[in-house]
Amino acid sequence: MILLLLKRIGFMLFTMVVVSIILFLLLETGLTGDPATRVLGNFASDQQKEMWRDQHGYNQPTMVRYAKWLGNFATGNLGTSIRYKGPVKEVLLPRLWNTAILGFWTFAIMIPLSLILGVLSGMKEGSILDRTISVTGILTTSVPEFASAVFFSALFVFGLKWLPGTSSMAGGFEFQQLILPAMVLVVYDFGYVARMTRASMAEVMTSQYIRSAVLKGLPYRQVIIKHALRNALIAPFTVIMLQINWLLSGVIVVEFFFAYKGFGALLLEASLNNDIALLEACAMVAVVVAVSSQTIADIGYTFLNPRIRFS
Amino acid sequence: MNDDQEPILICKDLCISYYTRAGEIPAVVDFSLTVKPGETIGIVGESGCGKSTVAMAIMQYMGANGGIKSGSITFKGRDLTTLSEDELRSIRGSEISMIYQEPFASLNPSLKISTQLIEVPLAHENISKDEAYKRSVTMLMDVKLPDPERIMESYPHQLSGGQQQRVVIAMGLLSHPSLLLLDEPTTALDVTVEAGIVKLIGDISKKFGTSQIYISHNLGLILETCDRVFVMYSGEVVEEGTINSLFTWPKHPYTHGLFSCIPLPTADKNVAPLKPIQGQLPLPFERPTGCYFGPRCDHFQQGLCDKEHFKMEHVDGSAPDHRVRCLRYKDIDNTLQIAPEEAKESLEIGRRVLNVDGMKKYYDVKDTSFMAMISGKRVRHVKANEELNFTAHESETVAIVGESGCGKSTFAKVLMGLETGTDGEIRHNGKDISDIEVRDRTTKQIRSLQMVFQNPFDTLNPSHSIGGQISRVIRQFGIETDKQKIFDRVMTLLDTVKLPRDFYFRKPRQLSGGQKQRIGIARAFAGNPSIVIADEPVSALDVSVAAAVTELLMDIQREHKTTLLFISHDLSVVRYLSDRIVVMYLGHILERGSTEEIFAPPYHPYTEALLSAVPIADPEVTKRKIVLEGNLPSAMNPPEGCPFCTRCHRKIGDICENVPPPDQVVVDRHVIKCHIPIEELRKVAPVIRVPEASERLHKKQEGVQT
Repeated sequence: MILLLLKRIGFMLFTMVVVSIILFLLLETGLTGDPATRVLGNFASDQQKEMWRDQHGYNQPTMVRYAKWLGNFATGNLGTSIRYKGPVKEVLLPRLWNTAILGFWTFAIMIPLSLILGVLSGMKEGSILDRTISVTGILTTSVPEFASAVFFSALFVFGLKWLPGTSSMAGGFEFQQLILPAMVLVVYDFGYVARMTRASMAEVMTSQYIRSAVLKGLPYRQVIIKHALRNALIAPFTVIMLQINWLLSGVIVVEFFFAYKGFGALLLEASLNNDIALLEACAMVAVVVAVSSQTIADIGYTFLNPRIRFS
Repeated sequence: MNDDQEPILICKDLCISYYTRAGEIPAVVDFSLTVKPGETIGIVGESGCGKSTVAMAIMQYMGANGGIKSGSITFKGRDLTTLSEDELRSIRGSEISMIYQEPFASLNPSLKISTQLIEVPLAHENISKDEAYKRSVTMLMDVKLPDPERIMESYPHQLSGGQQQRVVIAMGLLSHPSLLLLDEPTTALDVTVEAGIVKLIGDISKKFGTSQIYISHNLGLILETCDRVFVMYSGEVVEEGTINSLFTWPKHPYTHGLFSCIPLPTADKNVAPLKPIQGQLPLPFERPTGCYFGPRCDHFQQGLCDKEHFKMEHVDGSAPDHRVRCLRYKDIDNTLQIAPEEAKESLEIGRRVLNVDGMKKYYDVKDTSFMAMISGKRVRHVKANEELNFTAHESETVAIVGESGCGKSTFAKVLMGLETGTDGEIRHNGKDISDIEVRDRTTKQIRSLQMVFQNPFDTLNPSHSIGGQISRVIRQFGIETDKQKIFDRVMTLLDTVKLPRDFYFRKPRQLSGGQKQRIGIARAFAGNPSIVIADEPVSALDVSVAAAVTELLMDIQREHKTTLLFISHDLSVVRYLSDRIVVMYLGHILERGSTEEIFAPPYHPYTEALLSAVPIADPEVTKRKIVLEGNLPSAMNPPEGCPFCTRCHRKIGDICENVPPPDQVVVDRHVIKCHIPIEELRKVAPVIRVPEASERLHKKQEGVQT
């Protein structure tokens, strides 16, 4: 068990190093164009560029530069943002926090909702409840976020005038402004998780051990809660962990639409403005989150499934 | 069993149907059955005959599309078909319990055994958790599981198949039900484990007075466990009676056909060939009018058998409950089944083609546990084959017998070149092939060593036609290159395996299991191989189909003078078709010799136990009962001395545990690996006895030369 843990963590670090090398090669070397041009713009003279390179240590050997670059990252020195004219850290952290809040509320509503509906629908495959839930799931998942964002805005902002149309939080944190983005995300992602849960539950319900639990004379409720649920939740668990990545960087559309100052929007701005330091920091944060959530998923999976835990 | 007592279960005129888009499919028709307290009823039949449907109907667990169309199931005076879900729940598990075919699938993989056991009494009785726990431990002891406390704390995957089935049986008995339904409870288990479970099932009815309904496809097992038997065919009972009357004088042609399909442990392939039932089981909506068995029956009479569906009737001059669904049973003399000209000439054994000399196969296993990392022993060996020595000649059938995990399939893999041997030699026609991988072998070598696989359902590519798949083999082997000639060759092969020629254009999904296995045989024989390895070729097939495939395999062998290596766990089939037998256990050959030598003393103690475990479908043949205790030891950590010492019933002392036993030569080519002197082993009484006096049995054996 300890060994498994160490192995997983080792693998996680390895993945991060590999990604950092790719990132470094893409952004900090001449592989995809001159970094000096990228920062100073097309109209800078060769002399200016050479001076910039010298100042920022770009004339040193690549290996040395990579080592320094990685060292800076590890010690929390993320560099300076060109666009925001300040340390990357100060720009990044509040944005990350905002996304965390949005992600938390989306999860808090979406996970219980989709698990409960998925289980209910998988319990009796082909029932009216199952069909209703399945069809709703497909419908909401197949409507893209920008469409549902427009639709919800039209309904709640312009029609009913219940909610504010932007979520920039200009006057401090306001929960009301969080409702619309969260709602769009929940509606979009709910169908996916619910359908995974449904498939897993339906498979478990046809298994022989459920039959033997029923034929033991156990009450139906006990068959579901004690015998079916635990086995049915193993597969969706991995899917749920994958949604964390999506919430971090995959929600650019929603953040942009509602002018929500989140991580995704920041990533977009950074890449539009050739803000190398900010872009690197954002990418590394995304990688760290992705790899650690997968590691947690793997470890959690072994806890849910005794066949792996005791083999 | 007491005749005066009220029956506890009465099924009356039961008709069960499944409703699909194609319409109503009658699964069981006109089924009647009574079970008295303490009685064990057997239901026997091939797959698709509706025997499991009956069990599920008794449990009232039919699924969404199944339903009872007419008739009643009365359990202790209450009609189960009219009960509410709540009332059913109070009966399920407490009054009627069920044991299933696959113990592993029927236990919840993520709950401890203790959780799964104690919930049964907790659901049905008003007792405390402690009491339920105590009762579960006692029950585990009753089903002869060693160390019940440890089992309680285990998860299902940590137990062996036999242990799992014992747990399921314990689970079924926890609330002392009055009826136990057993649906093929031993089919997924090894023979020696099966023998233990069968003994346990017999003890249960004695100890708890539980009535049982035992469903099986194996007539031998039914004979060993049941009091009365029902033979089902295509959804209806065709014959019922006590074990004695039905097994001694079967009346229905189908029952008789089933008996002719299973080899007696005394019969020989040349003297009394198996007589397969012609044709195949009709699909439920293709059943003929009149007798469902009509199209396959040798005694079918037009105008009589195909007129209308008829009822069961009592057999004249037999026991009162011996009934049969046949209009012509009085006219049929079943002793006149085998025509004398069908007896086949025995084959002449030719030159030696295979010589296995000291062959070893070790697998390296990386140990990733923390302890192994510290101690530095990272690589451990799994000794799959240890010092194999035997020979095979042209036209000879050599059977390799042993339970799962004995290394028989590993040997086949090395022979085929899918693995390479660790040490020793396998000489095929004088050339060592043990360390040549299959991709390094010449076409000729590959062609002359072919294999028939166990599971015909998975070995054919579902998206190619049958003809295409066989043609490909012919082209690969370089036998023919011309398109027309390849086509002709496929046609000849289809004729050889007795399949219609238009199967060339069919896809595998359009074929039944037996037909697929015939294609598998055609594929193996496409290049006139000198050795064919048949790895349990018929164990996935129904009895009547298996008999036909076995006969076919032997006919082709006869024709081509092929050496057949027949890997099997079924000793009655092995006895029937092989010339020589190799008994394997945990990678070692414990005994080898000719078939007669293996089946008569002196035996190796393991051979003795294997013979005793073979279910025999004849009430007059008697057997000595030897039930092996314990599980097969792990191949990672085998005993130091004799591999069999942990389960041996004739262990003579410490020498067995510490010193590897010597190969003792009884006569030429009959070798026993054991510490017990041959003289001692000679004194052991035969396991299987056929009474000299039985006229019926000897008639069967000799055909009807008389």
